Amino acid sequence: MSTIATAKGSIPTPNKPWRATPAQRLITIGIFAASIAISGVLVAITPLSGNLAYIAVFFISYIVIDYGYSRATQGKTAGADSIFRGFVMLSISIAVIPILSILYTVIARGYKGMHWTMFTKDMHNNAVTDPINQGGLLHAIIGTFLLVVVALIISIPIGLLTAIYMTEIKGRFMRPIKFLVQAMSGVPSIVAGLFILAAIVYPLTKTFNSFEGSLALSILMIPTIARTSEEVLLLVPQDLRESGVALGGTQWRTVAQIVLPAARSGLVTAMILGIARIAGETAPIVLLTGGGDTKNWNIFSHPMGSLPFYIWRGFGAGTPESITRAWAGIFVLLILVLSLFIAARLLSNRKTK
Amino acid sequence: MSSTLTQKPVLPPKREITTKPRLSDKIFQRVVTGGGLSSLLILGLIFIFLLYQGFQTFKSQGLHFITTSNWVATVNEANQLDMKNSHFGLAAMLIGTLICSFIAILVAVPISVFSALFLTFYVPNSLKKFMVAVIDLMAAFPSILFGLWGFFVLAPIGVSWAKLLHQYFGWVPFFKMESPFFDRSPLIAGLVLAIMIIPIVTSISREIFGQTPLDRIQAAYALGATRFGMIKAVAFPYARSGIVGGAMLGLGRAMGETVAVYTVLNIVYKINWHVLIGAGGNVASMILLKFGEATQGEVKALMAAGLVLFVVTLIVNSIADLIVARSGKTGR
Repeated sequence: MSTIATAKGSIPTPNKPWRATPAQRLITIGIFAASIAISGVLVAITPLSGNLAYIAVFFISYIVIDYGYSRATQGKTAGADSIFRGFVMLSISIAVIPILSILYTVIARGYKGMHWTMFTKDMHNNAVTDPINQGGLLHAIIGTFLLVVVALIISIPIGLLTAIYMTEIKGRFMRPIKFLVQAMSGVPSIVAGLFILAAIVYPLTKTFNSFEGSLALSILMIPTIARTSEEVLLLVPQDLRESGVALGGTQWRTVAQIVLPAARSGLVTAMILGIARIAGETAPIVLLTGGGDTKNWNIFSHPMGSLPFYIWRGFGAGTPESITRAWAGIFVLLILVLSLFIAARLLSNRKTK
Repeated sequence: MSSTLTQKPVLPPKREITTKPRLSDKIFQRVVTGGGLSSLLILGLIFIFLLYQGFQTFKSQGLHFITTSNWVATVNEANQLDMKNSHFGLAAMLIGTLICSFIAILVAVPISVFSALFLTFYVPNSLKKFMVAVIDLMAAFPSILFGLWGFFVLAPIGVSWAKLLHQYFGWVPFFKMESPFFDRSPLIAGLVLAIMIIPIVTSISREIFGQTPLDRIQAAYALGATRFGMIKAVAFPYARSGIVGGAMLGLGRAMGETVAVYTVLNIVYKINWHVLIGAGGNVASMILLKFGEATQGEVKALMAAGLVLFVVTLIVNSIADLIVARSGKTGR
């Protein structure tokens, strides 16, 4: 006990001059409160009205007071800094507000359309305008599942091979391929749908089915998988590859037995991000899958429903019931996308540890 | 003991040491190279098939396809397209695409750049990961979600903003109104697109701001710069070209957006420069709209429109990639 006490005497307590002192914090809160008060008073006594007026007056008065205070206490440069900080804070708020609003809207409106039987029934006996508690979206969930799985089966080999080419072979096509993959990620989804129409539906099959939808989705999915896998494979230490070769392994064995297993969780992340990219894709599905109302496990014939199509139809029908159905569909889709996103985050966090 | 010494030790046969790839490696390299070139194959096939299907339209319309702006599909008795009386011109939708995506860029880029600055230089460390995840999450939202949210939530607010704009800035040529019809205007579609591309532009700008050399940042602080001074003198010049590239990537995304625009915008086939009036369109949403009732012949014209959209977005994205890839080498 006594040794600690003496040590305390000899070592000075850390001094952190950049930390805000309690007085400074109080002043920051004070400026904030004053701006809120001013905006309330000004909107009440002048003809200004509406939420926009509150926010605008609050922002302007906050900037003015903060500038005045900084200028008075610390000079002109600090004043400019405070104005800039005000704009930065405003921008991040504007960027975050839509996210909160979207989440709130989907939960508040989707909740009304939720009922448990919707996960066990399809819509083949019901129109989208029927009361909410009839029918369901089982067919849409099955359809989205099949679309995504088939698209994954097509995209994983191509995306993975592209990534392996860029990180392991590094041949003379590396730069062009990198460029092309980037270019491919910018292909509009409707163009992917039109391409499958032009290349497969009109010349060959002449009917719509879910396999064609999966092909179009693969075009959108391949760049996501390729780019994420490439980043992940680049993180595998070069030492591992060298030790594989030093043990007498061929390049093929090194990649298959050392590099890919080492990057396993990252590659799963790449797939999850790929699924999240296409799960809600609507335009090619509307063009290609035909959009059925019945459960359908056959990917090569019969129209296939899916979550985006279910939402699309519900919104298109335009009655209150159908729009509630659309929001319920969005609620399910959002939960799917959110859980995929969180799974990808958790996996990639574990990898970095 | 001695007998073992006289015996010659049995050496294993000499191993062949070579850098020549084995058969398995040759196959491996071929397969991987083939897989890697598939992106070239896919992009090439998209171009070829859309050109093949749309060739008839390009041939009959020529340059008028992108310079004129009426879309008339006349059908004869045999339910086939009457090429003489049909006319396909994409100009109205091309201009509509430009208007919507420029509104999106004008709104989104300043917000995104400031947000990226916040996420790089202002956010407390404990919050940083969470905030970045929240912004990235928005990039993962499906476009139909943005469309419905835009239609039901943003549009009513957007209409009131449009009325304010018209009231106080009505003298600006773009904000003129002949009739008071504010619903489903290009302005609102542009705002929805802006919200969709904010995460994209933000994450690219954030990455580039994050690459600003630490020694330069610290040098600026050591010379007594405020955060604003440091950003003005160091971070912004360093990241400038990357931000331009990020904005162009956002532009490419906004130009190709289909469902969100289709949901929010009142698609009318005429050139409309007045962004507050509820009439406009973009190429992608027009394709989706016309596809439902199109005959075999008109679909070919839609394929041609798809090819134009494909080529335009490809060019914009390629320029953006080149700029982003080169960025970080400029600045002080």
